[in-house]
Amino acid sequence: METDLNSQDRKDLDKFIKFFALKTVQAIVQARLGEKICTRSSSSPTGSDWFNLAIKDIPEVTHEAKKALAGQLPAVGRSMCVEISLKTSEGDSMELEIWCLEMNEKCDKEIKVSYTVYNRLSLLLKSLLAITRVTPAYRLSRKQGHEYVILYRIYFGEVQLNGLGEGFQTVRVGTVGTPVGTVTLSCAYRINLAFMSTRQFERTPPIMGIIIDHFVDRPYPSSSPTHPCNYRTAGEDTGVTYPSVEDSQEVCTTSFSTSPPSQCVFTVTKAHFQTPTPVVTDTLRVPMAGLAFSHQLSSSRLSYQPAALGVGSADLAYPVVFAAGLTTTHPHQLMVPGKEGGVPLAPNQPALGAQADQERLATYTPSDGAHCAATPSSSEDTETVSNSSEGRASPHDVLETIFVRKVGAFVNKPINQVTLTSLDIPFAMFAPKNLELEDADPMVNPPDSPETESPLQGSLHSDGSSGGSSGNTHDDFVMIDFKPAFSKDDILPMDLGTFYREFQNPPQLSSLSIDIGAQSMAEDLDSLPEKLAVHEKNVREFDAFVETLQ
Amino acid sequence: MNCRSEVLEVSVEGRQVEEAMLAVLHTVLLHRSTGKFHYKKEGTYSIGTVGTQDVDCDFIDFTYVRVSSEELDRALRKVVGEFKDALRSSGGDGLGQMSLEFYQKKKSRWPFSDECIPWEVWTVKVHVVALATEQERQICREKVGEKLCEKIISIVEVMNRHEYLPKMPTQSEVDNVFDTGLRDVQPYLYKISFQITDALGTSVTTTMRRLIKDTLAL
Repeated sequence: METDLNSQDRKDLDKFIKFFALKTVQAIVQARLGEKICTRSSSSPTGSDWFNLAIKDIPEVTHEAKKALAGQLPAVGRSMCVEISLKTSEGDSMELEIWCLEMNEKCDKEIKVSYTVYNRLSLLLKSLLAITRVTPAYRLSRKQGHEYVILYRIYFGEVQLNGLGEGFQTVRVGTVGTPVGTVTLSCAYRINLAFMSTRQFERTPPIMGIIIDHFVDRPYPSSSPTHPCNYRTAGEDTGVTYPSVEDSQEVCTTSFSTSPPSQCVFTVTKAHFQTPTPVVTDTLRVPMAGLAFSHQLSSSRLSYQPAALGVGSADLAYPVVFAAGLTTTHPHQLMVPGKEGGVPLAPNQPALGAQADQERLATYTPSDGAHCAATPSSSEDTETVSNSSEGRASPHDVLETIFVRKVGAFVNKPINQVTLTSLDIPFAMFAPKNLELEDADPMVNPPDSPETESPLQGSLHSDGSSGGSSGNTHDDFVMIDFKPAFSKDDILPMDLGTFYREFQNPPQLSSLSIDIGAQSMAEDLDSLPEKLAVHEKNVREFDAFVETLQ
Repeated sequence: MNCRSEVLEVSVEGRQVEEAMLAVLHTVLLHRSTGKFHYKKEGTYSIGTVGTQDVDCDFIDFTYVRVSSEELDRALRKVVGEFKDALRSSGGDGLGQMSLEFYQKKKSRWPFSDECIPWEVWTVKVHVVALATEQERQICREKVGEKLCEKIISIVEVMNRHEYLPKMPTQSEVDNVFDTGLRDVQPYLYKISFQITDALGTSVTTTMRRLIKDTLAL
C-alpha cells in the first residue's frame, strides 16, 4: 500500500531492507560456521559496513541469498528463511532451526526512515548476533567436524516448519516498524534432538528410552539446495567465482543529521561495477569435497551416546552413532575413529555424498553401535562400554556383522581372519579385519588378572613370544601381536610390546577389594581412639609446625 | 521521564561469577554502543563501525558476543573482578548485585554540578552456590549456560521494545549522552556499581564503585 512516503525515502527503505536481509543471512550462516567470529571496530566509517556493524560478507552466501530473493523483498506472505540443518557422515539429516525475516502489514507512518529505521535495524542485527549464540544449534555447530556438518539453505516464500519435529520453540529476535510494514526477525528451533535413522534400527526393536522421531522426507521438496556452513575462498574448487563484495555490493555512506527531521540528510552512493554472471555448476555440493582450504572443520570428534544407556547430557539425546569421518585432504578417504571398541566402516565413498541411499558394506546391530560410542575424555567412557556389553547381540547376530576395529597401524592380525579388500583407508593392510565378538575385545573386557603370582614374576619367566598363543587361561582373550615400532631395546631382552603385554593386567590392589576394604575400614575405626590419643599428646609439636608454616 | 529498570537473577558457582556477569554486561553494552561519531559541517555526522567478537566461557557452557573494544572489556573486567572479590570476602550467603546504569548529563549552572539522570538501569542479582562434587559442577556448567541463554533472550526482548533512547546529540552535547573516551566505540554514558547483600536484600557492605568517564565533574 503506497503511503505518503516520498520516493527517496521509499528507495532508501527498500535498500535498507534488502541489505538488512543480506546481512541477516551472513550473520546467521557465519554463526554456524563452527568457529568464533571476530571483527574489528573502526572509528572511521568504511563504505561497506551497513548498519555500522562489521559483518563480513562471504561472497558465496551473498550470492545464495540474492539468488533466493531474486530481486524481491520480504513482504507479507513472502518471508526470507534461512534453514539450518545437520547432516551426518552417513547421510542422515535433521533440520535444526529456521530463521525467518518476515514483513507484516502493521505500518508505522510516523517513523523516519533514514534515521530511526536504520538505527533500529542496526540494533536488530546486534540482537541477532547475540541470539544466534544461544540457540541449541550453536553448540552443535561449534563441534561439527568429522561426524557431522551444519548446512544452510535459503528460501523465499512461506515458512516451512514441519521439519523441526514436535514441540519446537520460537524466539523472537525483534521487530522494526517501518512506513510500509513491520519487519520481524524470529527463529524456530528444534528441541527434540533425538534422532533415529531408519536404516540403523530397521531390524531390531528399539532400545528402551530412545525417542523416535520418524525420519520423513521433506513434504516440500526443497527448491533450493543446502550448503555447508563452510567458507571457501572464491574460485577454488568448482571454478565458480562469485562476485566479491566490492563488485556487487552497493556502498553505503551514511551521514546523519542532528538538525530537525525535515532536514535529514542521507546519502547512499552506488558503486557501479561489472558483475559477471556466476556459473553455478553443481549446486548440491558434497560438504567435504574440496575443503583443502576450509578452516571450519574442527578436529574434534563428537560421538553420541544412545539415549537408552542413560549417559550423556540429559537434555540432548543423540542416539546416532557417527561412525566414519572424512579428512580434509582426501574427501574420499575414510578415517575410522580410533576409539576403543569397533566401529562400522562405511564404504569407499564420501560419506556425506548426495546419494544417501548408497549400498553399504557395513550394517550393524544397535548393540554394536551402542558400544561404539565413546565420549572423548569422559569418565563415562568405561561405563558406556561396560553397559553396552550387557546388551550385546548374540554371537549368531554378530556373525552377520562386518566389523572393523582400528587398533593401530602396526598391529598384525593372524592370517586366518577375513579381510575386506574393497576398503580404501589409510594403512588398510595393517587394519585388523576380524569377526571378533565384542566381548572378545580385550579393550572392552580386560581379562581378569591371574590370581596366583604377580604378573611381574610371571613375565620374567615367560619368553615374551609373540604369536597367537594366549598368555592366560581365558579362552575369549585373543592375544594381539604387538609389533610396536621404534621400541626395540638392546639392553633388555624385551621390547615395548612385550612389556605392555606382560604388565597389562596387574593384580587388583588389595585395598580396593571389597571385603578387604571393609575389614580395613573396621580396623581403622577401631584404632581411631588410640590414634587420637597419640595426636593429642603431640599437640605442641603440631602447633609448632603450623607456626613455621605461617 | 521515568527510568526504565530491568532486573535479572542468576545462581552460579563461585568461579562462574565473573563470566556470568561479563556475559550479561557485555550483551547489554553491545546493544547500547554505537560507532564513534564524526561530526561534519552543517550538523551532520557519520558513525564508525562496531566490530563484535565471540567469547567462550571457561567455566560455563556458554558463548557470548561482545563489542570489539579492549578498553571497554578491560573496564568491565576490572569492576566485575572487584565485585567477585567483594563477594568472596564478605562471607555471608554469597548474595550480591551489580547495577549497570545508563544516564544522561544535564548541565547545571555553576556552582551546581551536572545532574546525572538515569534512563535505564539493569540490575543483576547473583546468588553464589557452593558445590561439593565434580558431577554437580559439571551439571552446573550446563545449567548455568542454559540460564544465561534465557537471560540473553530477555535482554534482547527488552532492547527491541524500542522504548526511550536519548535523542542524538549535537556535537556540543555529545558528551552528555555518550561516553566518548573510548577509542573505537561509543557507548551511552554508563556507570556500574555493586552491592553485597544479605538474604533480605539489605546492604550489608555497601561498596560503590563509580566507573564514569567524566570530564566535567566538579
